Amino acid sequence: MRTVCVVGVGMSQWGEVWRRSLRQLFVDAASKAIKGAGVDHLDSLYVGCMSSGLFVGQEHLGSVMADYLGMRGLPAMRVESACASGGMAIRAAFMEVGSGMSDIVMASGVEKMTDCDGDQATYALATAADQEYEVFHGATFPGLYAMMAHAHMAKYGTTREMLSQVAVKNHDNGALNPVSQYPFKITKEAVETGVMIADPLHILDCSPITDGAAAVIMTTEEIAKKLGKPYVRILGSGAATDSIALYQRPDMTTIKAATLASERALKMAGRKITDIQFAEVHDCFTIAELAILESIGVYERGKAGPATLAGETARDGKFPVNTSGGLKSKGHPVGATGVAQMIEVYKQLTGQAEGERQVKGSPKIAMTQNMGGSGGSSVVHIVEVA
Amino acid sequence: MAGIVGYGAHMPRHRIKVEDIAGVWGADAPSYKKGLMLREKSVPPPDMDTITLSVQAARNALKRASHVNPADIGAIYIGSESHPYAVKPSGTVVGEAIGITPHAHCADFEFACKAGSEAMFVGLSHVDSGAMDYCLSIAADTSQGAPSDALEYSAAAGAAAFIMGKDKLVAECLFTHSYMTDMPDFWRREHEFYPQHGGRFTGEEAYFAHTLGASKAILEKSGMKPADFKWAVFHQPNGKFPQRVSRMLGFTQEQIDPGWLAPRLGNTYSGASPIGLTGCLDVAKPDDLIFMCSYGSGAGSDAFIWKVTERIEEVRNKAVGTHKLLDENKIYVDYGTYAKFRRKIKKND
Amino acid sequence: MKMFSSRAWRENPQRYRMEAAKFKKSGKTYFPPRDIDPETGDTENEIVTLPETGKVLTYTVIRVAPGQWSDQSPYALAVVEMDDGTRVFGQMTDCNVDEIKIGMEVRAEFRRLQTEGHSGVLSYAHKFVPKWY
Repeated sequence: MRTVCVVGVGMSQWGEVWRRSLRQLFVDAASKAIKGAGVDHLDSLYVGCMSSGLFVGQEHLGSVMADYLGMRGLPAMRVESACASGGMAIRAAFMEVGSGMSDIVMASGVEKMTDCDGDQATYALATAADQEYEVFHGATFPGLYAMMAHAHMAKYGTTREMLSQVAVKNHDNGALNPVSQYPFKITKEAVETGVMIADPLHILDCSPITDGAAAVIMTTEEIAKKLGKPYVRILGSGAATDSIALYQRPDMTTIKAATLASERALKMAGRKITDIQFAEVHDCFTIAELAILESIGVYERGKAGPATLAGETARDGKFPVNTSGGLKSKGHPVGATGVAQMIEVYKQLTGQAEGERQVKGSPKIAMTQNMGGSGGSSVVHIVEVA
Repeated sequence: MAGIVGYGAHMPRHRIKVEDIAGVWGADAPSYKKGLMLREKSVPPPDMDTITLSVQAARNALKRASHVNPADIGAIYIGSESHPYAVKPSGTVVGEAIGITPHAHCADFEFACKAGSEAMFVGLSHVDSGAMDYCLSIAADTSQGAPSDALEYSAAAGAAAFIMGKDKLVAECLFTHSYMTDMPDFWRREHEFYPQHGGRFTGEEAYFAHTLGASKAILEKSGMKPADFKWAVFHQPNGKFPQRVSRMLGFTQEQIDPGWLAPRLGNTYSGASPIGLTGCLDVAKPDDLIFMCSYGSGAGSDAFIWKVTERIEEVRNKAVGTHKLLDENKIYVDYGTYAKFRRKIKKND
Repeated sequence: MKMFSSRAWRENPQRYRMEAAKFKKSGKTYFPPRDIDPETGDTENEIVTLPETGKVLTYTVIRVAPGQWSDQSPYALAVVEMDDGTRVFGQMTDCNVDEIKIGMEVRAEFRRLQTEGHSGVLSYAHKFVPKWY
């Protein structure tokens, strides 16, 4: 395998972007990435997107996006793994460049979630769960993660305050991110008194509905050097699946797909979890961040909550998590999230994170962890500064 | 002769009190309670309907007839005036859930409040004739009462299921008699949500005439007198009618007590006298004679004479008793919740 | 979104009768039944009926419900371990949602799960009620 690097990045506006369509959001992000990298062509394109068909009635995204990017004829393919679609698009591009098949590949993600009403959006998102045996019975995503939270609280004594702190910390970071959907701080009181969605998760425990796109240019180290722009190396890629339904997992307090994906990525990279200095993880709900950190081995079971309360995962802590603001504050256009995680890690490692958000001490190596559904799939990348 | 091999009942946990209905319509609760002899009724939540009540009642019946393989049941008949579909039988869903399908006969019955006893009547007949070894007859309803109408105080939900057979009987059926005339006392046209009724006309010439007609005929046919019976159960649209008709025939309050459930269950329509019968079986002893007469508007009555066997002591506790279902673990709701549950609120759909 | 009736009909054996697949090699039972044991790859299995009772392993209360469930909001969802160890997922009903506890004993009851508008099909399966008898 050749070494694969990320050399240009771009994001569209993230939020309720009424004036930009699915394809326009993609073009906004993709154009910035191409300009940022300074490449004059692409060899192929991957578009991560969970549910454009259900949200806006559009499938066949490879064709649509290549067309609107002004690159008719380009090989292009849609990648789907629910909320891990973006991370899987990066993995696909990683394989295509790493194998030698192509030299310059764009990995992108996009989701347009506001062209439909709340019920339709909920229906579309629910397709990431077990349609016949979870959704049929009335399960919603907040509901599934809430069940994970109750189980975690019963088994480890994780508290309501620990969950709140995840949201508070991520907003602290997101307030400094110009791209954030919700660029403001929040308080623990606000989290705990907000409307209850599914016991014990309140509205501020949940990531929002967001329109947005993100894109990165992936290429060989040789080409990255020639382009003369800051770049990072992807040392390892790991992916895994687990049962689609939460109820069928022997231990509902841990995310086995994240554990396996992380082990595989670290093995390919020749690194251990203790080598990782900061991470972007999939905080679709506050409990998810805690469960993931334990699943990938950053903390022992039951210890992520106390560590979060102690400030260890703050941007100036021992192990900064979600300096971008995470899904909670930055937003979660489903298919784009995995790619945005890579962009944050790229910016931090190359010293380009805006303002106060920049992690101090010039960290060298980071992890991105992206996840689908209630943990049915996960994809992890290990990234190193060049 | 054929009889009951297994029996069971089921009903909602939820109840609403007469006062809570009267309060909304500005009606005088005490006079309704006194006039109807009814204090509260059962309310089916949105996830209960005639089909689900039937499945649970049938499962209880199978628990009391645990030697019966559902696949050996030759027919399933469900009598109701609130079948969930206008066209598609309740019996096929219940049959599938119980494991009766595919080699069985199925038909849904309707005849206002006597659709349930009808299913029992036909079931007994099939077994008597030798056409089949077992027949499952179910009486179930989640009836609707029009808002502010007198019937809103009593329209309730419940089900009773009976496995009819020839051997290992819990109660043998000694006699049956059916009596019916064309009588426009209560009806519902297709596509209408609520029924219509003739007010006071539903009394003397309807409920009483037919109940008395069938009851007197079966007493004559059998050569028995009211005093020969240990228990008696009548159709109970409210607490008052069965009490009055039982006196008119010569039965006592003690005889009707265990089957007289309307005062706190409401009118379970097709389920009324069948569930009342299971209430009697809660307390019956071997050799007890039970008198039963249903009534359905339109109108007609099915009368039955049952003789309880020794097997009642063996099987009574194999499933939950009717009085326990009626009197324990109740969840009271207010009128708003009741209206929401019964789909009486106009929504934007 | 309207669901074509064949999709619901196909699931009837498991939804109506709580049928599950017990695999020969591992002895484990999965609900709903499936062709391949997810842990061993074994395909030899027999259909069994799950017991009626079990206990709650975890739960939540949905307070902001999707449109089709709004009549029943708030409603509780639970992961239940049936008495034979098989895991099942479903709604809790006939209970005060604020009184549900992990470890609570429950009984499966046949209930209507979905009503498709005024003219569509009715779907049935099991919900869980607190075991009170």
